[in-house]
Amino acid sequence: MSANFEPNVVAFLCNWCSYAGADLAGTSRVNYPSNIQIIRVMCSGRVNPLYVMNALQQGADGVLVSGCHPGDCHYMEGNYYARRRLGMLKDLMEFVGVDPKRFHMSWVSASEGHKWKEVVEKTVEDAKEAGPFEGFRRRKIEW
Amino acid sequence: MTEKPKVGVYICHCGINISSTVDVDAVAEFAKKLPNVEVARTYSYMCSDPGQVLIKKDIEEQGLNRIVVASCSPRMHEPTFRKAISEAGVNPYFLEMANIREQCSWVHEEMEEGTAKAEKLVGASVAKVRLLEALETKEVDAEPAALVIGAGIAGIQSALDIADAGFKVYLVEKTPSVGGRMAQLDKTFPTLDCSACILTPKMVDAASHPNIELLSYSEVEEVTGFVGNFDVKVRKKARYVDFNKCTGCGDCAKECRVKDRFPNEFDQGLGKRSAIYLPFPQAVPAKYTIDAENCLFLSKGKCGKNPKCQEVCGAEAIDFEQKDEFVEFKVGAIIVATGFDPFDASRKPEYGYDDYPNVITGMEMERLVSASGPTEGKIKIFNGEEEIEPKEVALIKCVGSRDESVGNEYCSRVCCMYVAKQAHLIRDKLPDANIRIYYMDVRAFGKGFEEFYDRVRRENVRYIRGNPSEIFKRGNKLVVKVEDTLTSRPLEDEVDLVVLGVGLEPRADMREVMDLLRLSQSPDRFFLEAHPKLRPVDTATDGVFLAGCAQGPKDIPDTVAQAKGAAASAMIPLARGKVTINAQVAIVNEATCRGCGFCVNICPYTAIELVTVNRFGNEVEVARVNEALCKGCGSCSAACLSDSIQPKSFRDSQILPQIAALGVMK
Repeated sequence: MSANFEPNVVAFLCNWCSYAGADLAGTSRVNYPSNIQIIRVMCSGRVNPLYVMNALQQGADGVLVSGCHPGDCHYMEGNYYARRRLGMLKDLMEFVGVDPKRFHMSWVSASEGHKWKEVVEKTVEDAKEAGPFEGFRRRKIEW
Repeated sequence: MTEKPKVGVYICHCGINISSTVDVDAVAEFAKKLPNVEVARTYSYMCSDPGQVLIKKDIEEQGLNRIVVASCSPRMHEPTFRKAISEAGVNPYFLEMANIREQCSWVHEEMEEGTAKAEKLVGASVAKVRLLEALETKEVDAEPAALVIGAGIAGIQSALDIADAGFKVYLVEKTPSVGGRMAQLDKTFPTLDCSACILTPKMVDAASHPNIELLSYSEVEEVTGFVGNFDVKVRKKARYVDFNKCTGCGDCAKECRVKDRFPNEFDQGLGKRSAIYLPFPQAVPAKYTIDAENCLFLSKGKCGKNPKCQEVCGAEAIDFEQKDEFVEFKVGAIIVATGFDPFDASRKPEYGYDDYPNVITGMEMERLVSASGPTEGKIKIFNGEEEIEPKEVALIKCVGSRDESVGNEYCSRVCCMYVAKQAHLIRDKLPDANIRIYYMDVRAFGKGFEEFYDRVRRENVRYIRGNPSEIFKRGNKLVVKVEDTLTSRPLEDEVDLVVLGVGLEPRADMREVMDLLRLSQSPDRFFLEAHPKLRPVDTATDGVFLAGCAQGPKDIPDTVAQAKGAAASAMIPLARGKVTINAQVAIVNEATCRGCGFCVNICPYTAIELVTVNRFGNEVEVARVNEALCKGCGSCSAACLSDSIQPKSFRDSQILPQIAALGVMK
């Protein structure tokens, strides 16, 4: 792994808490690594575990899923489902030989702009440590 | 998809907010090369009228049918652009926004990285927009009624405004009486209006208004549904007093076997009350309530031979058999006016609030100077030997506000003025006392505030700039240890009475309301508004509004203004009689659904049910979504084994290409 490797990180953020928290980070002009690209979903419960694998397959070196704090879900229980599903996925990733550092889950509320920065920094740093992901055969999709 | 996607990409400079970190022209050039993109333009302010006209013109001239706007957060301007493109004849859901401001230009410093990221985000949006589907917005009827939670001045004002406009209001108050914190205050700054005198007429109005159903001593248990159609369940706590029979005469409280034993919450514990009580003389409704925890009969099962209150009550209103009751009703909008908690001075142990009885809080001072208070307005203290009128009085500002050590960075906005007002009231009652105020800053920003502050200073109240470090006892005196920061002199100031100008905090029980209505907190822990500037009374939950100190510290005029604002906003769906329901709901592909019912179990809104359909001559069960109930969260979709249930605008087929665009193009 080269020292100046810059990982590509895809993040799935729920509309109500984490996406708003990331917006607040912007409004508060905090700085964080630009390696992270955000995809907005309505709820972290929307994130099919396959999305995470798909992202790794499509060229991401790390994936982050972030939702409302447990108990604060805008849709009442979506983040609980996310926690279950993605927790399981993380175990499975380890089992199939994917460095679990490549996958993070976090709870960031709409008021936690600074926490968002910390989460991004940690995710990017871990993905950097894990190095370029070559675990799956990548296929370039013509879209 | 019948028509070929023709995408227009519009990149906003946002003045220099975006263009200083993102090379917008380079992004436009990049976008032009993406598949299906017909036009890519930049403009200084895309959201402005000319910006929108630019998009509309391209739609008309070039026949665009999909639009990507790369600008600020969709949480900001998605509705703006949806409206713009639909005016030009494009379905409003054929829009995708790339957030290149909040999540790009504002958080990255280098032009190179900002541009590279903006290109990726635009690429992902283009990938998605091509695959979006046209959606129809639908409307359902809205219930012409409102729920107001909390009957302090904010709740009362909101309820009155909505009721006056002709809508039904359910006003729910947790405590036995309406009035809230304002009822506890003596005079109000800066006009020195008597708080009770201006409040009590409103309290009575709220209780007697034909359109207001006052549910005092009640709590909201459950709220389901959505804007226009909330189903509310309220618990009416047992008062153990028949509401209709009680005349409010008060004979029961006088005869109670545990008469005047318990600290009176209304008097901040300075006065005492019986187990059966009226919180304060002007309480509305003027009905007695038994405090079950302290009532001998209810807590121990025995009160002499017969409970005294029952014996003396001429109206036979005492009913120990009473149980909590539940009422259910439907409303179209909800206003949260749950107020604040005064800062708990015990959390600043250096001020000795727990140790010294003559260190009191601002709220206690209010009761002490109030003519209706426990001392009938006389400022008397016990100095350890005798009851005296304090000669030396110190007031300390910013206790629990602007103080990171207790987790409250914010300014409570009222303490500067209420402390000045209390200094004035003390001066009124104790003309010879030496009064000083320890302060960090004086923030006299409101109408008439500066004038009032000047007046108080002319009344021989000394302002000493310094934040006391400690209060301790020396003989009969309290010593305030402080540095006068204007003269850099350390002081040990001996006084008789210390008033802590405690700040305002979010209510300790706000969690219950948050869970009930899916609300969020801002960094100061008060309820989060939808937008700090432009939607200050709205919340992220449609149809739920905020009024008063629940949203942040406020004085009475600001609270009333906000309450009126919340009432006006809440009345929009009520007056219109209709609400637009979310079009981005889940839909089932009945051809592939295997009827396992996983989604049915997962849906938090019970929006999905299994129905029997005829599939090629076979009766099979498939899932079906009730669009009025579905909120479009998509949890069902992630659980579906055959990808048959999909939230519109967030389908797998729309998100996967987005992922691909972000990954491959590195």
